Amino acid sequence: MNLSGANIDFTLLLPEISLAICGFAILLLGVTKRGKDFGFGLGLFGLIAALAFTVQQWGTLETGFFGMVTKDGFSSLYNIIFLLAGIISLLIAQTYLRAKKIDKPEYYALVLFSILGMMVMASSYDLIIIFIGLEIMSIPLYVLAGFHRFNPKSNEAGIKYFIIGAFASGFLLYGIALVYGAGATTDLRLIAANYHSMAQQAPLLLYAGVALILIGFGFKVGAVPFHMWAPDVYQGAPTPVTAFFSVGPKAAGFAALMRILDFGFDSMDEIQSVLWILAVLTMAVGNILALFQDNIKRMLAYSSIAHAGYILVALTVGGEGAVASGLYYLLGYTFFNLGAFAILTILDTRDGTDSRFSELTGMASRHPFLATLLAIFMFSLAGFPPTAGFFGKLYIFSGAVEGGFIWLAIIGVMTSFVSVYYYLRVVVACFFTKADHPFQQVAMNPYLALALIITAVGALGLGLFPSSWIDLSRQAFASFL
Amino acid sequence: MIGAEHFLIVSAILFAVGVTGALISRNLIMIFMAVEIMLNAANLAFIAFARIHGDMSGHVIVFLTLTVAAAEAAVGLGLIMTLYRRRGSVDASKFNIMKW
Repeated sequence: MNLSGANIDFTLLLPEISLAICGFAILLLGVTKRGKDFGFGLGLFGLIAALAFTVQQWGTLETGFFGMVTKDGFSSLYNIIFLLAGIISLLIAQTYLRAKKIDKPEYYALVLFSILGMMVMASSYDLIIIFIGLEIMSIPLYVLAGFHRFNPKSNEAGIKYFIIGAFASGFLLYGIALVYGAGATTDLRLIAANYHSMAQQAPLLLYAGVALILIGFGFKVGAVPFHMWAPDVYQGAPTPVTAFFSVGPKAAGFAALMRILDFGFDSMDEIQSVLWILAVLTMAVGNILALFQDNIKRMLAYSSIAHAGYILVALTVGGEGAVASGLYYLLGYTFFNLGAFAILTILDTRDGTDSRFSELTGMASRHPFLATLLAIFMFSLAGFPPTAGFFGKLYIFSGAVEGGFIWLAIIGVMTSFVSVYYYLRVVVACFFTKADHPFQQVAMNPYLALALIITAVGALGLGLFPSSWIDLSRQAFASFL
Repeated sequence: MIGAEHFLIVSAILFAVGVTGALISRNLIMIFMAVEIMLNAANLAFIAFARIHGDMSGHVIVFLTLTVAAAEAAVGLGLIMTLYRRRGSVDASKFNIMKW
């Protein structure tokens, strides 16, 4: 790998550039009277263009801009996850925003900028670029969480996310500073190559630095004990934003964690035991607290904490097979979690709803198709075959057993049995509970239908052909070793 | 003689002050300032390490993180302003519509 060469090649950055151009165009057109309506179209266009460029980059391995940008299979797969999450959350957003009278072009620009940040995070080996990508991602997300300006819950979600996010950034940046102090570099490739001499010269700086970096990302991916912001922010933010939150930033955090822990500090053995504890706590606390929730958004927030725990299991085991299964699970999670949130968004578009379990009663007789889809997504989240959720968990836990982490696998399987209870509560509320008042009709439109089709096909398709997808994830991971 | 190590000690103290301030403070503006102190502690550490290693990249990183902190401040103060207009208070303990 040539680190000294500049290789200023802008074609490497075409996906990011197309997002940036479309984001700024939305903002510029947004100040004119007629340009306001272009937000949605331009946003979708930018995301699809970026997706096309990313797919085109698949299979390349190129480093550019003085080693600051790396485009490999790993970054391409992650970029596809971010862009899919963006497209689906944009498709479900417009109807909701119009119904709540907050349909402003800024929304679409903020989503685009945030995805740009995620893509920067996934496409670099340099800790500082990862940090800057994280901030480009987070700053628009603070605004998006508080986007419903006249809703006190949304205000509160925005401010809570901001305070916690900035606090976590402080830890992360200080951790990077300490790692820089230990080795005079922020490049993970150099750190991996000189790890042993660094660990001998400045062990204290190195360990403290990695611990702080882990805390910083722990907040971002919502790992226990750094999870307390997630339920409040998920509940308070507008529902399409919550949908985006539960997938995008989480995947981006794991992209960075995989590069940092499985590549940069691969030789640090102590990390494994720390991750073991984090994974067990995250799975247990997420799944158990989800049992007691009345609000579906809050329940899904705890469920997304638990899912972060399953991916942490893959990170703990490490190595090609385990991380590839983690990637496969993230891809599946993108589809079935966004699908569940898409239906929740459609339900929340009606007036006077607060996404409570009791609001689901009678849905099956009024909207049998939607209720069936919701059941499919819930089964997938709970991990029933033949959905993507089942095979993802199967690969992760069998990988843990093969890697010698038998207890981790046992605890994981037990906690995911617990999760069946609260996912089935949703299905029971839809299908088997007698309604005491008629179910309020929901309005469908082509965009919502398209989002539901993409997510359903993804959730079932990944489950029906798991081996070809796991090979794809393996390919992606192999590229960065 | 003041060496680079002394700057590192100051930066560690600043970081501790920032973390403590962010955890115990009730006022949103104070929490926000404590977080800024944490970021600047990291900046000071970068400069001190750059000096120790004789490496320029630490200096450059500080400019990048200063820009990031400025962007964060703009958004954060905006959010605090909206909240103050609606509630007439910046006391963090009053924002508990949603239970923890």
